[in-house]
Amino acid sequence: MDKFLTFTIVGLSTGAIYAIIASGLVLTYTTTGIFNFAQGAIGMLCAFAFWQMYIAWEWPLWLALLLSLLVLAPLIGAFIDTAIMRGLEDTTEVTRLVVSIGLLVGLIGLANWIWKPGISRNVSPFFSGHYFSLADTRITGQQLITIAVAIVVALVLWLFLKFTRTGVAMRAVVDDRALASLNGARPNRVSMLAWAMGCTLAGIGGILIAPNVALDAGTLSLLIVNAYAAAIIGRLRSLPLTFLGALILGCTEAYLSGYLNSTPNLAGLRLAAPAILLFIVLLVIPTSRLRGRRQSREFFPMPSWSGTFIFAAAVIFAGVVLATTLSNGDAVTYAKIFSVGILALSLVPLVGFAGQISLATLSFAGIGALVFAHLGAGGNPLALVLAFVIPAAVGALVALPALRLSGIYLALGTAAFAVALDRWIFNLADFDIGPLHISLFQLGSTEVAPLNIFGYSFNTPARQMILVSVAFALISICVVAVRKSAYGRRLLAMKSSEAACATLGLNLVGTKLSVFALSAGISGVGGAILGTQLRSISPQNFDFVSGLPVLLLTVVGGIGAVGGALFAGVSLMGLLPLISLLGVFFAKVAGLLPGIAGVGLGRNPNGTVHDMRDGFESIARYRPAIIWLAIVIPAVWILRLAGIYGNAVFFPLLVLSPVAAVTFATLKIGGLEQTPTVDEIPLEWKGFIEPWKSSDVIELDMALGMNEVTLHVSP
Amino acid sequence: MSQETPLLELRGIRASYDRIEALFGVDLVVNQGSVVALLGPNGAGKTTLLKVACGLMAPSAGDVLYAGKRVNGTRPEELARRGISMVPEGRGIFPNLSVRENLKMMTYTGVSLSQVEEIAFERFPRLAERSRQLAGTMSGGEQQMLAMARGLATNPAVLILDELSMGLAPIIVEELYEIVAQVARSGVSILVVEQFASSVLGVADRAAIMVHGHIVRDGTPQELESELSNAYLGNQPERSGGNK
Ligand SMILES: Nc1ncnc2c1ncn2[C@@H]1O[C@H](COP(=O)(O)OP(=O)(O)OP(=O)(O)O)[C@@H](O)[C@H]1O
Ligand SMILES: [Mg+2]
Repeated sequence: MDKFLTFTIVGLSTGAIYAIIASGLVLTYTTTGIFNFAQGAIGMLCAFAFWQMYIAWEWPLWLALLLSLLVLAPLIGAFIDTAIMRGLEDTTEVTRLVVSIGLLVGLIGLANWIWKPGISRNVSPFFSGHYFSLADTRITGQQLITIAVAIVVALVLWLFLKFTRTGVAMRAVVDDRALASLNGARPNRVSMLAWAMGCTLAGIGGILIAPNVALDAGTLSLLIVNAYAAAIIGRLRSLPLTFLGALILGCTEAYLSGYLNSTPNLAGLRLAAPAILLFIVLLVIPTSRLRGRRQSREFFPMPSWSGTFIFAAAVIFAGVVLATTLSNGDAVTYAKIFSVGILALSLVPLVGFAGQISLATLSFAGIGALVFAHLGAGGNPLALVLAFVIPAAVGALVALPALRLSGIYLALGTAAFAVALDRWIFNLADFDIGPLHISLFQLGSTEVAPLNIFGYSFNTPARQMILVSVAFALISICVVAVRKSAYGRRLLAMKSSEAACATLGLNLVGTKLSVFALSAGISGVGGAILGTQLRSISPQNFDFVSGLPVLLLTVVGGIGAVGGALFAGVSLMGLLPLISLLGVFFAKVAGLLPGIAGVGLGRNPNGTVHDMRDGFESIARYRPAIIWLAIVIPAVWILRLAGIYGNAVFFPLLVLSPVAAVTFATLKIGGLEQTPTVDEIPLEWKGFIEPWKSSDVIELDMALGMNEVTLHVSP
Repeated sequence: MSQETPLLELRGIRASYDRIEALFGVDLVVNQGSVVALLGPNGAGKTTLLKVACGLMAPSAGDVLYAGKRVNGTRPEELARRGISMVPEGRGIFPNLSVRENLKMMTYTGVSLSQVEEIAFERFPRLAERSRQLAGTMSGGEQQMLAMARGLATNPAVLILDELSMGLAPIIVEELYEIVAQVARSGVSILVVEQFASSVLGVADRAAIMVHGHIVRDGTPQELESELSNAYLGNQPERSGGNK
């Protein structure tokens, strides 16, 4: 019984921290409609700042608290609101999520820049040495103050929202933003205040949690997965339910870690408990309403076959060029462009076409790599098939509970899965399920054999390079084929309006499930191929946080097209390593870039590749430019092979020749005249902008995935 | 009553929703202290014009002048604070706030809560009884009264009303327009949109008919009465009378 009370108090004080952080999350979500994935990271930053002032500089406690909570945190909030989130009107949920994930990654990068990781930093508990007794149970000062702060926060929030005009306005803006402004309230200021308060709450949580853990940017940012779960219990709306949820979760976690015996395999379970609880919460909360169509300024054109084959050929050519010119060491480094590109490709059908989101790409890649490592003895290519099938099956299983929910929940569910894999499953020792012997990373790293097709082993870096570029090209073609099929149109229809699709009898769950499985399968293959490049894989290669930049940069590149995936591969595995070569400072900048790129997404939600493609289209229209490219690039390459110059001359020339061609062609034909094609008229406007044609009926049917033939045979 | 100084003036307004144009160069003047009725069939662009007038939507061309000053691009909350009060189509209330909190939101224009309550409760005693109720749970008529209360209690210079009658029983519509007439007598300029012409033509000084984003006719209510059937029923000039 004593134990129970002790655990309860531990649970309540942890729950109190979750409650504080989660209430900030709910506040910003309800007033601005943006789920702030970076909430934990903001708390982390405040905790670090507090550590810096209070411990490192030995400033008085009150000053450190004042500066970190009432100056730094609100400033971060105001900055996030004005500089980042204002630009997100008329964007899709995916874009908003990605921006806040960009913020998360960026803040972790920033903290790692300022506070060198790997050094132990500790904040001693507040009021350490003070104890209170409650029926033979000791409550530490830290626990008491945490619970007290949570109570104060709850009270202040309640009074503020209920009785002050600004608080009422905050709720009014949630109800009807336009009407609030017609009343004379300033919605923008209200949002800014909500962000400032949300960040302050995150900061309070971060500082309170700091004494319990070692300060580490990544860990601290993700420690609060449970706070997310609490906010979900409050359905992202209700503060009282959020508080209740936080306390329940805190206690559950405390009992789990208190009562579960600490066998090695279960120790990991304790770390993963928050993620698993989040998953359970997602299972039991009621289904959200289906989304209707949201007007958005995002738009992805239909790819053409000719363009796709040129793209694929160019990718393979690039693979061959790299294979023939790079040293072995460089070839190993830069071949990852294509394998990470494949991971990014897995996101294109899921996020780009279907509008669903997954944060677990790298986890599926890890599963694929494991499958190939254990079943692909000697590099058996058949194992590649299994590296598709098994992650796909796992993916379907993971997605199942979250599918009835909207984007944020799916994102959270996949994040929970990734974290659970990270902290627990991937670190399990071998175990048996019945007759099945399951072996994972064997508590360290696992060897992966290079792929061996009919006795031809891809065991040199150059062969690897060509192999992955071909794999990337082939999978790109498959993804385009999906986009152009009836199934692809169904995915897009689902993205446009789930509500409309459901009304028309489209099987939403089946469609989502299949696209999720497809995506997980592609990730698996990408992971397997990545594994053969790495030779030896360990859980660190596939952890949750490392997976986020792949999503970020694919979306930044343009998630609706295969070019976006290549962009992600090239920038993550090509450009960033190159920038890092320039020096320590630049390496730090490179660490920040993915986050910054993600945050900047609001400015250009269609992605960078969309703009680049316009440039390349002008080449296609200007024949001399094509001829120039067809001659110059092979010539530059042959001269390099002949040893006339080295890579230092070759690569600049290689990059400059298409740039010159694009510039020249654009100057020559004066850019593109913007002629809206039929494809560009949104379906529901057909018949308004232009007269209604019979072809529109067919197109409408196809977009909705209905069978036009059976439905429109005239009687 | 109407002195001939324009208070709210719309000049050559064009507006569109993405690529769908809704207004094609609309001119409309609301003089100091006058009541202007804007009539027209569904989808004519009436609501769009009101949105432009109160700053909720930016015109793609043309000017909005308020008290002689160009106010294009001024945010709606600033215009509201300067005296343009708009009661939007549907229910212009916050459904998840209590009646009292709804009234509290009206104080941004500079009047105190007690003043707002006094005026609102005097005019609509029913609101006083329900001040703790969530506004969204009240009946349609009560909600519309609450919405109207903002128009009355905040001392606007211009009151813009979009389809007060929507979904309400005729008797309540009569009641509401009775109040509109009283407000007009107190010197407030009013721009009112209505589908059912007869209720509003009684209180209007001037009326305009809008079809397809154009003002097709403009004049005194008497002049327009006969035109109305054309606008609603297509070009059948031999028919005459109101739209009932
Ligand atoms: N948010 C919107 N997006 C796209 N088109 C819109 C939007 N709002 C209105 N429209 C279109 O603009 C045109 C004018 O609409 P508006 O609401 O101004 O008409 P109205 O005269 O107020 O009609 P009603 O009497 O039915 O209220 C209509 O064709 C309508 O479909
Ligand atoms: Mg209207």
